[in-house]
Amino acid sequence: MKMLVCVSKTPETTTKIQLNGDHSDLDYSGVNYIMNPYDEWYALVRALELKEAAGGSVTILNVGPADNDAVIRKGLAIGADDAIRVDATGGGSLFIAKQIAAQAKAGGYDIIWFGKETIDYNGSEVGAMVAELLDVAYVGEASHLEMNGTTATVTRDIEGGIEIVEVSTPFAISAAKGMAEQRIPNMRGIMMAKRKPLNVVAAEDAAATTSVKSYELPPAKTAVKLIDPENMEELVRLLHEEAKVI
Amino acid sequence: MVLVFAEATNGKFKKAAHEVVTYGAKTAAALGTECVALTLGDVTDAGDLGRFGASKVYNLSAPELATFDGSVYTAAIAGAARQLGAKVIILLHNSTGKNLVGRLAARLDAGSVPGANAIPSTDGGFSVRKSVFSGKAIADVSINTDYKVISLSGNSIPVEESGSAVSVESISVDLPAAKTKVLETKRAEGITPLPEAELVVSGGRGLKGPENWGVIQDLADALGATTACSRPVADVGWRPHHEHVGQTGVAIRPNLYIAAGISGAIQHLAGVNSSKTIVVINKDPEAPFFKAADYGVVADLFDVLPRLTEAIKAHKAG
Repeated sequence: MKMLVCVSKTPETTTKIQLNGDHSDLDYSGVNYIMNPYDEWYALVRALELKEAAGGSVTILNVGPADNDAVIRKGLAIGADDAIRVDATGGGSLFIAKQIAAQAKAGGYDIIWFGKETIDYNGSEVGAMVAELLDVAYVGEASHLEMNGTTATVTRDIEGGIEIVEVSTPFAISAAKGMAEQRIPNMRGIMMAKRKPLNVVAAEDAAATTSVKSYELPPAKTAVKLIDPENMEELVRLLHEEAKVI
Repeated sequence: MVLVFAEATNGKFKKAAHEVVTYGAKTAAALGTECVALTLGDVTDAGDLGRFGASKVYNLSAPELATFDGSVYTAAIAGAARQLGAKVIILLHNSTGKNLVGRLAARLDAGSVPGANAIPSTDGGFSVRKSVFSGKAIADVSINTDYKVISLSGNSIPVEESGSAVSVESISVDLPAAKTKVLETKRAEGITPLPEAELVVSGGRGLKGPENWGVIQDLADALGATTACSRPVADVGWRPHHEHVGQTGVAIRPNLYIAAGISGAIQHLAGVNSSKTIVVINKDPEAPFFKAADYGVVADLFDVLPRLTEAIKAHKAG
């Protein structure tokens, strides 16, 4: 089983979001970066489990600049065999998807893994784009996967339930909670990661189809109104008359 | 022309379908064009979507559409858009939509905005707002292409009636073979799924154990609300994972979110801060969640929740 795991670099989950002077971008000073949790905890780890069970290889793919290498090395420390970084900055979802599709086509992978979304842009669209560009099956927000030869039985999350589907390789998939358990890299993995290949390749030409014009922060909450615990009738009255939500 | 894909579940439309048609009609009005709706498969009363601003409703029925397949649905929607000359394609940002937005964008070489939460601005170009960083910021995203694909977050805009039922016209599109085979679909009956819920009651570690969840369930039942939980509670198995709301769980935007025994870690807030009204019940007055709350009750939740449940019942009894 030859697998490609596409990973993003995102600000860590506790990051306090602040904007730059003209709101054209975020203020990135002091921001710590991590591998997007869905990519790391679920997609990468399940791919490694499949490799451990049935053999094959796990390649990490990132589309981004050189300062993403630390995140890629972490993926190698967790257990991936090698990595590819397509050298590019920005470009938007479809640009990134076209870079991934080009690498996926060249490498001939059986499964192309994604996290269900990045925790920064919350797009959850790149996996489906890549599947369409390669004309292969895609299962989004998958919480369970079992392989049987070249056929996978996959559980995907739907509103208020699940759907169980069958797909055959090659396919693309985005992993959600439940797919696997987070792995912490050990010292041996970290040492080995330094010697694993990280190939940097040039980006293909592709147009940016979207661009962020500006950012803003959500309106600040007004101070909390404290309600006497003995008087829940008052809370109900406020929810009905003031907030108008019941 | 604006084409809205209105998804039906078991042949019927939910409120979210009315929201997305309302959104499409308003987008079409901003662009000075018309909004048509597309329904796939067997749908009851499709023409009713006219009430929310669709000038026409098209239906595409084929055996291949009986279960969901991303390739088949994409071919259907993109094919209909090309046939009708629609350049803006709008759908819901639900599990179906998330499987389709990327495919449609790739197929039509279109710019896309997944998870939009406001009507597009046509002032100097075409841009759409969406929440990013799980609600910690809002981005205004320009789409620079001829075709545009947008998926709308649920409960972002109110449903508006602006017309009356219209006729339904059949349309036919060549469909490819499915790439996925659906073996089984399981939905909890009678419970509004979290992403669609208008009222949510949520519990955290302050509940002390799964055996105490009755106080959460009773309040939810009295309100007609859906239950949720914080991450630690799902991680230790007190509650199922699909109830976990927060940055790495389900992101929700209900009208009312009642949180009991949840301190309000930044990752939890990220998944719930788009709620219109937040009520926090916690015995620790220093709980960070109070800073994000509209209403707060500093008290033991085991005292307060039953009292709130009774007050809700009395209110409903009128």
